[in-house]
Amino acid sequence: MIPRHQSILFVVLLLASLVMGVLLWQTLERAHRQLVNGADSTPTQAPAVATTEEATLLVANDSDNSLLPQVHSLPLPADSGSRARAVLGKLLDLYAQPDAAHPVPGGAASVAQVFLLPVPGGSAAPPIGHADAAGPQLAIVNLTGNFVATHPSGIETETLTVLSICGTLHANLPHVTQVRFLVDGEQRATLAGHADLTRTYLAAEANQIADSRP
Amino acid sequence: MHSAKKGIVQGRTLEGFTKAQFFVAGLTVSLVALLTATAQAPLATVNSPSRFAVVLDAAHGGDDAGGSLHNNQVEKTYTLALSVKLRSLLMARGIQVVTTRESDTTVNLDRRAEIANHANAQACLSLHASETGEGVHVFVSSLTPAQPTRFTAWKTAQAASVTRSLALAGVVNSALQHAGMNVTLGRTSLPTVDSMTCPAIAVEVAPGQGSDKKVTELDDSAYQAQVAEALAAALLEWRTEGRQP
Repeated sequence: MIPRHQSILFVVLLLASLVMGVLLWQTLERAHRQLVNGADSTPTQAPAVATTEEATLLVANDSDNSLLPQVHSLPLPADSGSRARAVLGKLLDLYAQPDAAHPVPGGAASVAQVFLLPVPGGSAAPPIGHADAAGPQLAIVNLTGNFVATHPSGIETETLTVLSICGTLHANLPHVTQVRFLVDGEQRATLAGHADLTRTYLAAEANQIADSRP
Repeated sequence: MHSAKKGIVQGRTLEGFTKAQFFVAGLTVSLVALLTATAQAPLATVNSPSRFAVVLDAAHGGDDAGGSLHNNQVEKTYTLALSVKLRSLLMARGIQVVTTRESDTTVNLDRRAEIANHANAQACLSLHASETGEGVHVFVSSLTPAQPTRFTAWKTAQAASVTRSLALAGVVNSALQHAGMNVTLGRTSLPTVDSMTCPAIAVEVAPGQGSDKKVTELDDSAYQAQVAEALAAALLEWRTEGRQP
């Protein structure tokens, strides 16, 4: 025989479970409606078409461990962060081509974001909204995990990828003097088992290699 | 009562030692400790002219397989085989060799540098292999050369030895080219090498290519032996250069 107080407790808990289930369902529906409303793809603003400009890319070559500057025409946004992402996207697109001298799969989608910040300890920070107008900047390149997972392993190939990214950023955004790397938003020890991704790279390192070539 | 008072006046303790004896003993212990500490510090930094040691770091191992190579081989297997071969050649020539691993075990990057720094070696080689590029790639740390200091940061310990590392890379480059191999020199940032205090280089072996454009794969035992012989010759040359006044 079940005691009376246990029966009452059971009924109360059952009712509470039902109420919580209904509330959860309503919350889920509300969140879904908000998501659908937020993803409204109705074109309400004409896309801004960036003008085509020339960009200098430091393109790596595995056969002689070199970085050679190449000039390409591509649409470049006015905003520095988007501009940095555009030039790096073009660089990685070159590496993803079948006949690339430095083959690395992934292409432009491998760069998730590029953040530009004033160099810590450098000149005074620029006013908000005028990040381009100031002194030396630190670029934080956020690579995708897929790019890192499929990058060929080796000291030479990894070093060339890192230095070509640093050199290309500096060639097109001279204020960028230092570069750091993240992978999916987090710090990672190495690119593919060799090149150190925990340190801050100086953009001048890549230019020294490019300049030392005949 | 009288004898006790006399004992105190004369400075005697319960164990029968005088205060002066305690003072002398304490002073002696302090001096010995001081001399031991000062004697150990130079031992860690000054090389004995008669001792020539080389550290061979077979990269990767255990859980870390490294890169994928020809014929389903992995980098950790290749580097260990090259390390064993090179160790035999060097020991046959009377060179003391310290290795970071002797089997397929996981050795983390800091531990490798610790082993190298404890060995107080005159040359440290981090051995790697890759399918990209061709010939042998020789890398020196990209750290800016710095003057040696008593205390150095772990991640930039190599900075004080970069100049010597560049010289070592030059000797290795000459030996490899003399053996008929394509060599590319470069600077890089490898956590292990950057923490080493000895003259250190990273040697990455890639498939060879002869004048007839025929590719020699990494699993070619003759090619591996050729690389090991050239590296052994380079280290002998390095030892000879180090003994010159």
